Amino acid sequence: MRELGPNEIFFIIFSVRWTFLLAAIALVGSAIGGMLIALALTSGKRALEWPAVAIVRVFQGTPLLMQLFLAFFVPSLFGFNIDALTAAAIGLSLNGSAFLGDIWRGCIQTVPRGQSEAATALGLSYISRTFEIVLPQATRIAIPPTIGYLVQLIKGTSLAAIIGFVEVTRAGQIINNMTFTPFAIFGLVGVIYFCICWPLSLYSSYMERKLLLNR
Amino acid sequence: MTYKFNFGPIFEAWPLLLNGALQTIWFSAAAMVLGLLIAVIGALGKTSAPKWVRFIISAYIEIIRNTPFPVQLFIIFFGLPSIGIRMSPNVTAVLALTLNFAAYGIEIVRAGIESIPKGQLEAGRALGLQPLQVFRYVVLKPAIQAIYPALTSQFILTMLYSSVCSTIAATELTGAANDITSRTFRSFEGYFTVTVIYFLLSCLFWMLFRLIDRRFLTSPQGR
Repeated sequence: MRELGPNEIFFIIFSVRWTFLLAAIALVGSAIGGMLIALALTSGKRALEWPAVAIVRVFQGTPLLMQLFLAFFVPSLFGFNIDALTAAAIGLSLNGSAFLGDIWRGCIQTVPRGQSEAATALGLSYISRTFEIVLPQATRIAIPPTIGYLVQLIKGTSLAAIIGFVEVTRAGQIINNMTFTPFAIFGLVGVIYFCICWPLSLYSSYMERKLLLNR
Repeated sequence: MTYKFNFGPIFEAWPLLLNGALQTIWFSAAAMVLGLLIAVIGALGKTSAPKWVRFIISAYIEIIRNTPFPVQLFIIFFGLPSIGIRMSPNVTAVLALTLNFAAYGIEIVRAGIESIPKGQLEAGRALGLQPLQVFRYVVLKPAIQAIYPALTSQFILTMLYSSVCSTIAATELTGAANDITSRTFRSFEGYFTVTVIYFLLSCLFWMLFRLIDRRFLTSPQGR
């Protein structure tokens, strides 16, 4: 049995870089996937909307933990053995795509239909209608809920601990197995997450209030 | 792809899966009922208690909402025994889910209370109702209609999050999956089957909640 000393505490604190790395990869993956899903959901074409709705429902209707497990086991069915970081990044990205896609669909739909119709009447193509007229207006509204989702994502990275990726939570478990000081360790782990997530939450609700006032 | 699927051993363990699914429903239902109870008290406190009580409630909400559920679970499961409080994994799971649900619930219920126009309260008081009666008849019922969507989706989230409780050896659906896969070595089949069961449970509750909403909450003439 080991004492809980500065080395152990630094090991936990420095594992934050893996939490950040995983969250960053998953954020990029979620943003790309989420954009595709949001555009599919608002395309007005049945053939695109239907599969997008199905994807969103499946990912919102099953546990993130199961999605991470399957992200770990499915590639091995095809002969690819992937590490825990890759599995967690894939799982969190797919999950994030569904949630961000649904959030961004709502933001796109707040842009009045007339905007898009006027752009069509002016002869703009789908690409410039979407990227020059609709999305710039939707982006303003999308900032608070997107930051709110980032908090969910950072909290979600803690589930990667369960499939064996050593980020902050797993680092805490490892040290706890050696020192048996659970209150101090998981308290510290909780404080670390709080220090990351709380400012983001505050910023998100500040932006939301600002948006409401400017309306 | 050379892998041969074999769902046989998973389906043979159906009593375990059924029991796990029932436990999952039971955990989340208990967490919602108890969490809602705390949420109503907390929301009342947040709207009308002295400043220091409001501060404590706000701190509780922010702490729970800005830390991951697994960490909350580990603090309760591994931390509490070190100060002499021992609970079984299942009790710990329900407690952690309840405390988590309550934090989100307080904000949901508070938003519901604030959605009631002030004039309605004053009208209730003018009719000679006691403060508790005003709360029960004038505030609570319309508030329930207002918070219903947020509350039901929080229930589904709680049900899905309860799968994390398998890490402390709680015997819910994911726990059953861990049990089966460790005996049969059919990891993909086990977790895939359980994922499908979770999805069916979500669909079941989505439909059930919509049915209740149509039947009891939204009257055809509007409110």
